[in-house]
Amino acid sequence: MSLKRIDLLICCGSGCVSAGAQKVKDKFHQVLAEEGISNEINLIETGCMGPCDYGPVMVIYPEGIFYKAVKPEDVEEIVTEHFLKGRPVQRLMLQDEDKTFAAQKEVPFYQKQVKVALANCGYIDPESLDEYIATGGYEALGTVLTTLTPQQAIEVIKASGLRGRGGGGFPTHIKWQLVHDTKSDEKYMICNGDEGDPGAFMDRSLLEGDPHRILEGLMIAAYAIGASRGFFYIRAEYPLAIKRVRTAIQQAKEAGVLGENLFGSAFSFEAEVRTGAGAFVCGEEMALIHSIEGERGNPSPKPPYPTVSGLWGKPTVVNNVETLANIPSIILKGADWFASMGTATSKGTKVFALTGDIRNTGLVEVPMGITLRELIFDVGGGMVGGHKFKAVQLGGPSGGCLTAEHLDVPVDYESLKERGAMMGSGGVIVMNDTKCMVNVAKFFMEFCVDESCGKCSPCRIGLYQMHEILKRITSGEGKESDLEELQRLGESVAKLSLCGLGQSAPNPVLSTLRYFRDEYEDHIRDHSCRTKVCLDLMHFDIDKDRCIGCSLCARKCPVDCISGSREAKYTIHQLDCIKCGNCQDVCPVKAVDRIPGMHPEVVKHKQQQQLHASHDD
Amino acid sequence: MKTLADLKKIREKAQEEMKLRGGNVRVKIVVGMGTSGIAMGAREVMKTFLEEIANRNLTDVMVTQAGEKGLSSMEPVVDLIEEGKPKVTYGNMTPEKVKKVVVEHIVNGRIVSDYVVATGN
Repeated sequence: MSLKRIDLLICCGSGCVSAGAQKVKDKFHQVLAEEGISNEINLIETGCMGPCDYGPVMVIYPEGIFYKAVKPEDVEEIVTEHFLKGRPVQRLMLQDEDKTFAAQKEVPFYQKQVKVALANCGYIDPESLDEYIATGGYEALGTVLTTLTPQQAIEVIKASGLRGRGGGGFPTHIKWQLVHDTKSDEKYMICNGDEGDPGAFMDRSLLEGDPHRILEGLMIAAYAIGASRGFFYIRAEYPLAIKRVRTAIQQAKEAGVLGENLFGSAFSFEAEVRTGAGAFVCGEEMALIHSIEGERGNPSPKPPYPTVSGLWGKPTVVNNVETLANIPSIILKGADWFASMGTATSKGTKVFALTGDIRNTGLVEVPMGITLRELIFDVGGGMVGGHKFKAVQLGGPSGGCLTAEHLDVPVDYESLKERGAMMGSGGVIVMNDTKCMVNVAKFFMEFCVDESCGKCSPCRIGLYQMHEILKRITSGEGKESDLEELQRLGESVAKLSLCGLGQSAPNPVLSTLRYFRDEYEDHIRDHSCRTKVCLDLMHFDIDKDRCIGCSLCARKCPVDCISGSREAKYTIHQLDCIKCGNCQDVCPVKAVDRIPGMHPEVVKHKQQQQLHASHDD
Repeated sequence: MKTLADLKKIREKAQEEMKLRGGNVRVKIVVGMGTSGIAMGAREVMKTFLEEIANRNLTDVMVTQAGEKGLSSMEPVVDLIEEGKPKVTYGNMTPEKVKKVVVEHIVNGRIVSDYVVATGN
């Protein structure tokens, strides 16, 4: 094998793949072969590098040059200019107004990030055990097995202050200790990779980008609690993650870091992947355990907790992917190092999936305690399209919405909870001022209604009723008493539900009721959606002064509800309008406006209908 | 793999493979690959470096490239950068000269002064 002079790291995280990374990679293979320099260049597919919005992205070493939005057409230029002549291609670098960022480490997106769990993600080849070992992989496992007792390993995690990254924030060492202290002929260790929040992709990226790290974390945890079998529970919608973890398990077995009497100790371990069908509720640990057992993925009443009676009735620890990803680094760098990051109660870093109306959507890892402002405006690059920040939804369908007044709140478990949101697994959806908060609450409620397993009635019936009320409000049929009813139902469902799904599902509604009550009131009292999102509470209208009478809108209207002439200009017949928005899209002079509130004609029509209905009675 | 020492061996070897990404590099060879450099045979020079270094299994040496250096009359031009030492620039390089530089300078630490066109930064 000839010596390589360039490491070409192409991000093959799902974001970049959907933006065309595979085609770019194939083109590289082709062009490098044509130029006869394939053997000089090391082409590596990595996991997610983070800035998904710029995809497909790549980093080229030794210079560490960062290219964004690379298309197959650009490949030839990169090869002939950069690889052959040593002249990096300026136009593919990230540009700010007056600055070009050549190297990856200069890119502002990475500046405030601290990568612990994601340290190797986007840096190594996830299908190469050697590359993982080169970054210190399996040294933590070897160290733990040869120098620490299980109890000492638990003490290290306790001192680090690590808490579960899946949402609840339960201290990891307590779960471990409980199972460690329980006598049983068999114990199990489970990695929870059933990530289901809309807009969240932290666990997927970790499993895809650095599978050996998760496996190593799982094995250290297993040693600490006394388990000899472990499971990765990953949803079937993550085929690449499943494939990579299976590859990692196979490689680890072949290399002898997984199997019997590891590192000469008495510890033996086997791991396997179990795939889930993608039900949201299976992220709940008891439902997950039942699913692995082959039963229907339903939660069951706790106690007994899984630490006492989990998988097949044996003591079991279920840890989230990101929690496990932190373990090897804590062992290698020490509990003090980990505890030096973050706030008094929340230590270390947190991975977030930043999405929504911001410039840099993607995968980020920041120290706990960073403010929402830094997360959204510095790392996230601020809002796009000149819109104003309105709200941020943290923790997906279980979390809550926070507003502009909370931007300086530090991101840690307690601060967020106090304000009605939660850390959750790390989905961050940033919304601008064109979003209707009632509609957002309805969206999350619909998700939870769909995903409720139906076992307990507060969740099954309560959420359905809440969704019905929200549907009513957004279609202009809301009543004054609806808000109180929503509040009452939400609080009852949260209190009475069997598992975390129902207990947290009312959060989006309760938090928007708390911070955006005036929007709910607009919908109910004025029959108006100020953001013009709820179709029943807005209308389209043609401004006669601007209309040039071209008839394009009338011709494009699918329900023929626009009529007029060149002289009289055009009018929308409000009662027939289905609000598809075609007229607005096609108008050459932008004479069609979206206007908040129902059109007076529609209001009148509704009143007449009601009158008739009451006469009929 | 049975011990931490075994793991360390694998790690060291694997780190060599990843040295371009910021690993342990003793000598960095920078080949000037501007238009005139290429016209004068810089590609052959670089290929020879890559082959020689791979053949001799010199794991702490990295080969990379740069654009035009300005010494057009002395192309192909190669910089040899060693940690803690002044930079050495070789000019008018050929594959034969490369072999000698690898043996003398990189392996034995003796600068081949006949080919040197500049030293220091």
